[in-house]
Amino acid sequence: MNDPGEVEAPRGPASGTAPPVLALRQVSKSFGAVRALRGVSLELFAGEAHALAGENGAGKSTLVKTLTGVHRPDEGEVLLDGRPVEFDGPAAAQEAGVAVIYQEPTLFPDLSVEENIFMGRQPRARFGRIDRRTVRREATELFRRLGVALDPARPARGLSIADQQLVEIAKALSREARVLIMDEPTAALSGNEVARLFSVVEALREHGCAVLFISHRLDEIFELCRSVTTLRDGAWVASEHISGLTPDDLVRRMVGRHLDTLYPKQETTPGEVALTVSRLTREGVFTDISFEVRRGEIVALAGLVGAGRSEVARAIFGVDRWDAGSVEVGGRRLPAGSPAAAMAAGLALVPEDRRQQGLVMDLSIERNIALTGLRSVRRGPVVSRAAERDRARDWATRLQLKFTRLGDAVNVLSGGNQQKVVLAKWLATDPAVLIVDEPTRGIDIGTKAEVHRLLSELAGRGIAVLMISSDLPEVLGMADRVLVMHEGRLTAEIARELATEESVMTAATGRAPEAAA
Amino acid sequence: MTAVTAGDRPAGERGARGLVELVFRARELSLVAAIAVLVLVTAAVNPNFLSGQGVKDIFLNTSILALLAVGQSLVVITRNIDLSVGSVVGLVAFSVGKFLAADPGGRGVVVALVFGVAIGAACGLLNGLLVSFCRVPALVVTLGTLYVIQGLDHYIAHGQQINAVDLPQALLNLGNEGVLGVPYLPIITVAVMLAVGYYLRSYPSGRDFYAIGSSPEAARLAGVPVRRRVLAAYLFSGALAGLAGVLWLARFGTVVADSARGWELLVVSAVVVGGVAIVGGVGTVYGAVLGALLLTTIGSALVVLKVNSFWQQALTGALLLLAITVDRVLAVRVTRLLRRRSVRHGA
Repeated sequence: MNDPGEVEAPRGPASGTAPPVLALRQVSKSFGAVRALRGVSLELFAGEAHALAGENGAGKSTLVKTLTGVHRPDEGEVLLDGRPVEFDGPAAAQEAGVAVIYQEPTLFPDLSVEENIFMGRQPRARFGRIDRRTVRREATELFRRLGVALDPARPARGLSIADQQLVEIAKALSREARVLIMDEPTAALSGNEVARLFSVVEALREHGCAVLFISHRLDEIFELCRSVTTLRDGAWVASEHISGLTPDDLVRRMVGRHLDTLYPKQETTPGEVALTVSRLTREGVFTDISFEVRRGEIVALAGLVGAGRSEVARAIFGVDRWDAGSVEVGGRRLPAGSPAAAMAAGLALVPEDRRQQGLVMDLSIERNIALTGLRSVRRGPVVSRAAERDRARDWATRLQLKFTRLGDAVNVLSGGNQQKVVLAKWLATDPAVLIVDEPTRGIDIGTKAEVHRLLSELAGRGIAVLMISSDLPEVLGMADRVLVMHEGRLTAEIARELATEESVMTAATGRAPEAAA
Repeated sequence: MTAVTAGDRPAGERGARGLVELVFRARELSLVAAIAVLVLVTAAVNPNFLSGQGVKDIFLNTSILALLAVGQSLVVITRNIDLSVGSVVGLVAFSVGKFLAADPGGRGVVVALVFGVAIGAACGLLNGLLVSFCRVPALVVTLGTLYVIQGLDHYIAHGQQINAVDLPQALLNLGNEGVLGVPYLPIITVAVMLAVGYYLRSYPSGRDFYAIGSSPEAARLAGVPVRRRVLAAYLFSGALAGLAGVLWLARFGTVVADSARGWELLVVSAVVVGGVAIVGGVGTVYGAVLGALLLTTIGSALVVLKVNSFWQQALTGALLLLAITVDRVLAVRVTRLLRRRSVRHGA
């Protein structure tokens, strides 16, 4: 697993002799059995913009939370001006001059913009009162410096995401932040808004602020940053100047893994078309999505987080409405917005977030499995406990579920076994089309292989499988065809033989396919 | 967003702000208007309604409810609720009465106030600790303490009652006399209201309450001591309920175990009618006090108009529904308007 050796790595860009403003040295962090970060180092220098690159789940967010005092490292240290520090919470990191701008800013909607900026450290007048005049003056001055026209007295409610981010930047500026961390700030912005954000960030950087920039858009990294650190599977891969890199180099650093027997893909011959999606559009979410999935086929839907994949799945299943287009299962058109009709037509959706959407966590294993098929375990109008139990036992054996008693609540099971319960619940409906959204996220490697074996078997039995996954090796290992989405559109359809990490990532980051290596 | 310097403020931003301020002012103004209409109509039917005694009664009756509403506002603003206040009033009224009756000559008003506020604060502390540190939902916690405190009250009372003759005259004076014709009770309530209102508006720690109710997650990230503030809100609400309990005793003199039973819902109604959002983050104590005044005035008016008291409850309920509906509709409208304004000035 731990193979960062294949890329040679200079130890961070040497910017003069001053120590980095903020640095991580050999930091590791685990959550239960999951090792989110392993021996990661990072250095941020004053007046320099540094990018953090990596696939979904590479550990970028954990790294940010370690820098900002939300998580404390299990091993290694955080250095501020070259000296080890321990932030015992977000407030301590802010105190030290570390400011973060999240993709979705966290403002107080009911309070005014100026109150948002100064919350927790308002300028004081006599007797400890808030000095409202100074608040107003300083907020106005901050927006003047940022060159934006926002009324400091208006409530934060109703501000666009871009404006909310500017309020967060004004906050950082007012704290005289020395480090500005931006966690995918551009994901929800339009082109103009990105340009405005960049010009503000550029000005801050010139003022001596250290910037850490996270984005899935490679062109933005190349535009804004001077150096880049790449993570893969929680491990540090490289820290280097950006000038010597091409976008393809960066993609290779992000994805360089190799596949193994984790993916027991059976060869199947696709049968007739089971699911047809044509020109499906939900305004502002996804546009003009057309594809089909045949019986016995596993089709992967790849792309970056936020590309609209789960939303497409939810629309197909009828959880969300769509604005245009159609969905056909086995040749019959589905009505929009009706999960019941979708289930009746033979669709099953194993959702992304099993704790929130897939399971009733406090209910027993047998109850959870029976939920989708209460009609089939009925005796007259009453749900039969015995039939419920039989059905659960049957599926538990078929999926090799590890459990003590079928009456145990599902929240005592491991993540992998919970996922099997969700699968059982939906397989019990005997679907013709199975949509699985991130089927192996956060589950251990052994169960992961079992889930893959199961998906492959199901396809072998003639079920059409649509698999959404952010795990590239999984996509490449399991799929007969790979569909790639980027910002709400299908950008590529790649056959199994032609699918490589580079070709998929290239399409997922929205770059022209001919640039692929 | 165009590159306008902040010096020349866009007119739309101005308008948006004015609008929002107007909406919040409008709440208090419309309450005042509603009270005025109610008073005028009732007085037209029965002029006795505006007699000196009639007006005095309304203010006396409002005072205790309004005091509780001030405490409740603080809790509701932090996106919590305190259902135990009615029970606390009952417990304090009886135990302070018993305490004073044991030695009517020696124990004065000050001792009574300190004793009552201390009991109330202790109840508030219990609520606050359970809600903020044990992370039990506020509704469940305070529903539980509502019954526990009520039970305690009945245990102490043992079916007895406190009689006015056993109480020190000074205390009874507090409940029924005044300075220059203005009774003490409303004076106390208005003083508390002004102090809390000023604190909430002008002190950083006061703003924290709004921040917590507006977005608990953002408050945590901004370094607001969320648990301490929530604890403080309950402590304060409890202490005010304690004060209200002593004032209840002073006003009525004769109390049995279940004084103020069921008042918690009346208090919450007053707060919500007064424009404090039940989901937190919005509202003022002035609004809450006006809400209490409106509910009390309705009660008195219906009595004067000889309407069945059933209608009083129905009307309170209708008013509550109206207030919540208006809040919801306004919130949606204002958000939409603000969004449109920012788009127009956006890129």
